[in-house]
Amino acid sequence: MTTSTRGTAKVPAVLVLEDGRSFRGRAYGAVGETFGEAVFSTGMTGYQETLTDPSYHRQVVVMTAPHIGNTGVNDEDPESQRIWVSGFVVRDPARIPSNWRSVRSLDDELVAQRVVGISGIDTRALTRHLRERGAMRVGIFSGEALPDEGTMLAKVRQTPEMQGADLSAEVATKEPYVVPAIGTKKFTVAAIDLGIKGMTPHRMAERGIEVHVLPATATAEDVYAVGPDGVFFSNGPGDPSTADHPVSVMRSVLERRTPLFGICFGNQILGRALGFGTYKLKYGHRGINQPVQDRTTGKVEVTAHNHGFAVDAPLDSVSDTPYGRAEVSHVCLNDNVVEGLHLLDQPAFSVQYHPEAAAGPHDAAYLFDRFVSLMEGQRA
Amino acid sequence: MPKRSDIQSVLVIGSGPIVIGQAAEFDYSGTQACRVLKAEGLRVILINSNPATIMTDPEIADATYVEPITPEFVEKIIAKERPDALLPTLGGQTALNTAISMHEQGVLEKYGVELIGANVEAIHKGEDRDLFKGVVAAVHARIGHGESARSVICHSMDEVLAGVDTLGGYPVVVRPSFTMGGAGSGFAHDEEELRRIAGQGLTLSPTTEVLLEESILGWKEYELELMRDRHDNVVVVCSIENFDPMGVHTGDSITVAPAMTLTDREYQTLRDVGIAIIREVGVDTGGCNIQFAVNPVDGRIIVIEMNPRVSRSSALASKATGFPIAKIAARLAVGYTLDEIPNDITEKTPASFEPTLDYVVVKVPRFAFEKFPAADATLTTTMKSVGEAMAIGRNFPEALNKALRSLEKKGSAFDFTAAPGDRAALLAKAQVPTDGRINTVMAAIRAGAGPEEVYEATKIDPWFVDQLFLIKETADEIAAAGELGPQILADAKRLGFSDAQIAGIRGLGEDVVREVRHALGIRPVYKTVDTCAAEFAARTPYFYSSYDEENEVAPRSKPAVIILGSGPNRIGQGIEFDYSCVHASFALSQAGFETVMVNCNPETVSTDYDTSDRLYFEPLTLEDVLEIVHAEQQAGPVAGVLVQLGGQTPLGLAQALKDNGVPIAGTSPEAIDLAEERGAFGRVLAEAGLPAPKYGTAFSFDEAKTIAAEIGYPVMVRPSYVLGGRGMEIVYDEASLAGYLTRHAGLISEHPVLIDRFLDDAIEIDVDALYDGHELYLGGVMEHIEEAGIHSGDSACALPPITLGGYDIKRLRASTEAIARGVGVRGLINIQFAMAGDILYVLEANPRASRTVPFTSKATAVPLAKAAARISLGATVAELRAEGMLPATGDGGTLPLDAPISVKEAVMPWSRFRDAAGQGVDTVLGPEMRSTGEVMGIDTVFGTAYAKSQSGAYGALPTKGRAFVSVANRDKRSMIFPARELVAHGFELLATSGTAEVLRRNGINATVVRKHSEGEGPHGEKTIVQLIHDGQVDLIVNTPYGTGGRLDGYDIRTAAITRAIPCLTTVQALAAAVQGIEAMSRGDVGVRSLQEHAEHLTAARAE
Repeated sequence: MTTSTRGTAKVPAVLVLEDGRSFRGRAYGAVGETFGEAVFSTGMTGYQETLTDPSYHRQVVVMTAPHIGNTGVNDEDPESQRIWVSGFVVRDPARIPSNWRSVRSLDDELVAQRVVGISGIDTRALTRHLRERGAMRVGIFSGEALPDEGTMLAKVRQTPEMQGADLSAEVATKEPYVVPAIGTKKFTVAAIDLGIKGMTPHRMAERGIEVHVLPATATAEDVYAVGPDGVFFSNGPGDPSTADHPVSVMRSVLERRTPLFGICFGNQILGRALGFGTYKLKYGHRGINQPVQDRTTGKVEVTAHNHGFAVDAPLDSVSDTPYGRAEVSHVCLNDNVVEGLHLLDQPAFSVQYHPEAAAGPHDAAYLFDRFVSLMEGQRA
Repeated sequence: MPKRSDIQSVLVIGSGPIVIGQAAEFDYSGTQACRVLKAEGLRVILINSNPATIMTDPEIADATYVEPITPEFVEKIIAKERPDALLPTLGGQTALNTAISMHEQGVLEKYGVELIGANVEAIHKGEDRDLFKGVVAAVHARIGHGESARSVICHSMDEVLAGVDTLGGYPVVVRPSFTMGGAGSGFAHDEEELRRIAGQGLTLSPTTEVLLEESILGWKEYELELMRDRHDNVVVVCSIENFDPMGVHTGDSITVAPAMTLTDREYQTLRDVGIAIIREVGVDTGGCNIQFAVNPVDGRIIVIEMNPRVSRSSALASKATGFPIAKIAARLAVGYTLDEIPNDITEKTPASFEPTLDYVVVKVPRFAFEKFPAADATLTTTMKSVGEAMAIGRNFPEALNKALRSLEKKGSAFDFTAAPGDRAALLAKAQVPTDGRINTVMAAIRAGAGPEEVYEATKIDPWFVDQLFLIKETADEIAAAGELGPQILADAKRLGFSDAQIAGIRGLGEDVVREVRHALGIRPVYKTVDTCAAEFAARTPYFYSSYDEENEVAPRSKPAVIILGSGPNRIGQGIEFDYSCVHASFALSQAGFETVMVNCNPETVSTDYDTSDRLYFEPLTLEDVLEIVHAEQQAGPVAGVLVQLGGQTPLGLAQALKDNGVPIAGTSPEAIDLAEERGAFGRVLAEAGLPAPKYGTAFSFDEAKTIAAEIGYPVMVRPSYVLGGRGMEIVYDEASLAGYLTRHAGLISEHPVLIDRFLDDAIEIDVDALYDGHELYLGGVMEHIEEAGIHSGDSACALPPITLGGYDIKRLRASTEAIARGVGVRGLINIQFAMAGDILYVLEANPRASRTVPFTSKATAVPLAKAAARISLGATVAELRAEGMLPATGDGGTLPLDAPISVKEAVMPWSRFRDAAGQGVDTVLGPEMRSTGEVMGIDTVFGTAYAKSQSGAYGALPTKGRAFVSVANRDKRSMIFPARELVAHGFELLATSGTAEVLRRNGINATVVRKHSEGEGPHGEKTIVQLIHDGQVDLIVNTPYGTGGRLDGYDIRTAAITRAIPCLTTVQALAAAVQGIEAMSRGDVGVRSLQEHAEHLTAARAE
């Protein structure tokens, strides 16, 4: 245990938003500059999972919980092979990690993965700003000599927007791989990786599913080549309106009536495949405390969210789609955003949130069981 | 699911008097619940014996019974009111135990009353240790996590001794079943300790059952607060991590929310276990609290216990998150589900979510060991703290520093100036958890201890230890800085350093630091507690300060009144003052002001965000209050700051606030000073022609000696400017005077010592009155049962006075008015008089709300604190009479002849404390206040009212059986008549030889029993102490001899406490008890609600 003040602790840093508001703090993690879409996450635990969630690709994540890094970094909790956030904003970074599983400090990890961050700013003021003005582009600049604000602002405004961004291919695996079933294998699932989190195939594997994770570019032929009992569409970054290829793959799956399950981006793709639109939320849902109601049972589950876009589907009526009747199965009680879809006439459903959790509560894990029953039903 | 339509009326059981382990948090919870139920259109019937609560205000429930919380009285109320349902989960262990006993006696079934909020099976599963172990095992089988510490249940000492071997040896934990606040539990390191702790535990447990457990000392400790609705939706409202590792009762630990040192995986595992437990136990509508221990080495999780009810922790969690657990629990109990209940703070989102915090909350306990010098101050699994302070900051150091200074106790905040001491000695001292251990740890760090050494000594998590190092390093930077520049100042404030701390380090005045800081523009901003980390807009202005960038205080147009609360509960300054502050807020809000509450006590109603228009959860120090005043002055007009209702804490700030240009509402700081300063007050009395006992003020022993000799011994000595008689003693000779001054050197260094003539055999009288500058409203006159010399807070009293006549009241009124006028009171004044011979002496006057205001208000059905707040802001008594807030004519001195008699009785915390040898502490009353709470008995005649007060405080007086009488020589005369009465009521008298002789000479038969010191007789004749322990004595009368440290009656009185046998320590109490016994023997003790009493009084006043 050491208490040395880290070398970067006193290096100045500035966070500049595209609307001109700026915050001055101290460098955290790597020193340099970085850009992305500013979003805030309200989870009080799980920074390691958040950092490594591919859905955060090209986003600068503001943690609303002030103390970050307290439990250090371990090698079991990451959700992918690397940190994906393009920048990290915290108020009070830990000086030392303390946890029996910790193997290094978060600060070291950020430096090693060259993630530029900023600390010591009024993260609540920034969060309130994003809530009122919406998610927007941002830059973090750190170092002993910083450019003037005008230059920094110009750089921020030159970066691409999240709306219209097609990012899945950037984060997804390039080569297919298999996650073996734990215990007896019962089913085979083809999982389209649009930015999949490590916990998702694990949750399926726990239920006796052998998961064939396929690249985002996989075709319907690739999917059926693995002889799937079910097909899964993962979460991922970017604007769903650009995801034309996965939408067409999903339509093939729907046409063959193969059991289908989608999470997050996968929910938006199902929405599009059914003919619904998608839209960008003002500031999105990012946290692990969101109340979602399962409209089939009326029960409320506390769930993990990470989405900036949502499906535009009617809440209170059944819709006719090319694949039969569809309805909204789950709704966020905070703001009535569509959180799940299911087809009444064939085995397909999806949710906008994260039943695999990591980070977050396990309330929605039953959805993986639902997927299993769909596959069982198809088999029977 | 909507509200149930089959419940029209509900009986709520409160928690009774404030005791250690069960305090003001149940007033907060109960008040919330009653209001919600009433708002739902239910008829709310409440029973609570504690008058100093908001929940017993007549407007909170439809029928409020200030009656003893015993199955007997609850049944009388049920028979009279016939409620549909009983809600037992809001009144702590008292309510739960009462409800269970009513169920077991078949009373609930007999009257068709449904238990809501928790079912009997769930209560048993949660509370019974054996059943709970089964619950944990079932959960483990289902989800693979969570286990119980290895343990054995024992019902006898033999089983206890055998149990230790089963567990693999010492140390072991002893936990008695069904006691509140962990009473009677502790660690045993050897057989001797085991025999003592387990022996007491077996006695304390209503089921004669204790649990022995493997030691998990030093593990990390966590708590989760959960809620579940009848649709099986479960949410975790809050996680709490204890700074002090396992081994210290959570009520005595420094605690932090949210948990700071868990990864998401570990936290979610606790959450899964918690949810599985609430389901397995079967709490179907309401909340529960679950405690966990986590092994810091490998993460092994042990489930310690659960409380299937609202608790101290749930109150803390509510304040920490803005999620009102009790309020929601009440709604769930009547049928709603979480998703049907809106989140008050956002108004737009539902309660079926989990609050997320963007700040850190720290709670620190406040102890009162200075009141019990003999008590062992080591912290164990038995709760010993009497109050707590909570603070909110944007990081842990900020919240911690704010919390420590909120304790308002010398030495509670970190000190960086004095030499720290020896590193090794400090580390050794820090190994044992005590009050102020964190200060010892800081001193050890300053003395050069490394982080590993601190961890090894204390097992405080390394992350917390590092935060202490951060604070210490910053203090070093402040000390080393060339000048107090903007960067170092901003860094220090960001970590919660007070101006006073910075001033101390720099050798400057606090005001100088403040000026520099203000000149540099370094001021706090105020952030909102909003349940959602700013994800949604908050509608409720619940603020805390932080040295951050953006201020969230909104502008306003109405004039604001800032009400300063009373801070952490302590002996002498408790819930009574919170009551007055809350009343002020209600009254001033109604009168058109914007009310702004400042307080740092999480247990209270005043810190409910629903109470005032704005709430600042902040320390009550000059610096913090000045910044709030500044922030509010920036927001709009400020009419004044109200300091006279929160006890000594705000009163102590009055002059400094005024000096800083802050407008003080009501009685001026100069007038406050006039009453406190003996010389000036003496002149007021002289001008009014009022006698006071001879007195003097001394700054040294020589002065004190001269003054005492002049007055004549015995004298009463005490430091000035303290509340609750802190350090007050009766001194009989010069040698004891010298001893007193040596012992209290600390208290006296800042203020002079006051020496008064001690009036022997005087009747003490308390008066609460309102004065507006022209007219006096005599609120009430209370006659003490015990004679002068026993602190007014510890003595029982009756209102209206039972032996004073019209002429006496007239004199009291005239004296009160003269003093109020002379001092310059605008608001409340409390005066203590002593009637000796026929002379009425003035003992002291306090120009502020007193401890008795809630009692007086309830006994006379007049809201004195509300009226005082209005008068402070310019209203007159005449106007308030016209408005109807005060009676149109007459006052508390002219109560109708058939007005009910109210008796207040103090409740003492004796059973909570042990000395280092494990013996109980003595129970003798004296001039220093030591009670933690009070009850009220109200009835048409004194005897019944007194009997009710005893039932409420200690358990019913016996109406037959054996009474043991042993009194001091000076009391022997006054004992004869009451003793004869006892015999007449069929009591067998037991007495030691001396007392028995006196009784026999007066024709009263008494059986002689052996003194404790005589030991068991040759034929196995038992001593009185043995008889008490054997349960063969039903009433004990034992007045103390002399004033030595360890008194003769000590063993008798401590045995009485252990066995919970009524023990009267003054002859006045004996006389009152005899009247009570007489009233009860007549039978037919009825119950009447405060509303009925008020109706009766109002009608009688109108005649």
